[in-house]
Amino acid sequence: MNNYIYYPGCSAKTNAKHYEESILPVFKELGFDLEEMEDWNCCGATATMSVDEKKVAAINGRILSLAETAKKDILAPCAACYLSLKKANSFLTGGTDQAAEILARLKDIGLEYKGTIEVKHPLEVLINEIGLEKIKEKVQRKLSGLKVACYYGCQVVRPFTNFDDPDYPESMDKLIQALGAEPVEYAAKTRCCGGALAANLEEVGSKLNYILIKEAVKKGADVITTLCPLCLFNLEIMQSKIAKKYQVNIKMPILFFSQLMGLAFGLPKEDLGFSRSLIPLKAMWKKLENGGANEQ
Amino acid sequence: MEIQEKVIFEEELDVNFLNDIKKASLCEEIDRCIQCGTCTSSCPNAEYMDYSPRKIIAMIKGGFKDQVLKSFTPWLCSSCYNCQVRCPSKIKITDIMYALKRKAIAENVYPVRFPIAVMDKEMDKILTTSGRSSELWLMLNLFLKTLNPLGLLKMAPLGLNLLKTGRLSLKKESIKNKKQLRKLLKSVKGGT
Ligand code: SF4
Ligand code: SF4
Repeated sequence: MNNYIYYPGCSAKTNAKHYEESILPVFKELGFDLEEMEDWNCCGATATMSVDEKKVAAINGRILSLAETAKKDILAPCAACYLSLKKANSFLTGGTDQAAEILARLKDIGLEYKGTIEVKHPLEVLINEIGLEKIKEKVQRKLSGLKVACYYGCQVVRPFTNFDDPDYPESMDKLIQALGAEPVEYAAKTRCCGGALAANLEEVGSKLNYILIKEAVKKGADVITTLCPLCLFNLEIMQSKIAKKYQVNIKMPILFFSQLMGLAFGLPKEDLGFSRSLIPLKAMWKKLENGGANEQ
Repeated sequence: MEIQEKVIFEEELDVNFLNDIKKASLCEEIDRCIQCGTCTSSCPNAEYMDYSPRKIIAMIKGGFKDQVLKSFTPWLCSSCYNCQVRCPSKIKITDIMYALKRKAIAENVYPVRFPIAVMDKEMDKILTTSGRSSELWLMLNLFLKTLNPLGLLKMAPLGLNLLKTGRLSLKKESIKNKKQLRKLLKSVKGGT
């Protein structure tokens, strides 16, 4: 059973390699051999939308039509890709004159798009199609004692979600719980990390990310898990800036939820991209080793 | 503190602005704004903006084209869609912010040295030529265009850490069928 084609997006090939390195083997364990889309292009993220909306529809149209040719729905782990593709899909299938124009241009280069493709996020497939029961069955090594703040960010849960709540989603929390870890009550779970602003406007970036990390620390989290490459990147790189600006010492590991899944499934730790973390993971490993036994 | 208020005369307003933005953002509902402020109170970046999201909507309705297009507000929108999903009048505020950015670029009134505007334009350029983005090249172009070599130096330790963890690609990423993509992009041209 496998109706999905994997759309990695640019980040999964560069700064978020550990997303791909964990998503693919985890899905394989669950019976999904994900094949990468042939010659996929970038979705344009927030940048192209700020410059040229037709270009966004066209480049996403190319991706959608490549999936249609392969007769498979798209699995897009990156939050920005997921949103861009969903947005373009609803635009291109909207029946407007503007959509017809883009579809015609796609046809000119031999890419017809009939509008049969659905775009899904791995989390959605894990929860709704595979189901928590099957995931629990796969757990070889419970992540007992590990406290996790599940951070969803913006673009998976808004504005197109149909599988979770835009303000207080819970699918990742349930997933983390199924792995034997303990999701903490994390009020900041859908607060913005600053997206593309964070690294360029330090003032904005350090404040927004400090809010996110502070809340996780306050709730006793050992690690923050996320589903978005840009969120992960911001949360990691802003920690040194936060330390300077707010005179605090924080070392909060930021991981993809899929890395914890792989770990719980008993997949080799070395293959799940943990060494790519910019934040030391020592404290987390220690906590896992003693299964939280030292906890009060 | 002295209160400075600039009086704007009716003839300085643009009566077509509202309609232009409606079209560009695919949002017909802008007139229905009830000025409740939900957007502003939901916005993580409102405190940095020169006009709050609520004010921007009011100004669009009023035809304050010049002020709106020159505002930093759209460039401080991180596209979090909080306002958009919460607006009781179903106004697509995030999409409007995008439309304002495009219009500001099209009319050449965008802040030319503001990193966000420059980054968007540079990334668009890289993408158009190669089909995929390459962070390193994006960063280099960004610091060049914002005339900020110091920023580049400050980024060096991070760059090294990313290299060490194998998270920085030095090569220019690209798709195979660039010809097809270029042909497609040549045939569509938006930007408002
Ligand atoms: S939330 Fe909607 S109705 Fe309320 S002020 Fe903002 S745009 Fe207007
Ligand atoms: S989408 Fe933009 S304007 Fe709306 S709340 Fe988020 S940052 Fe603010």
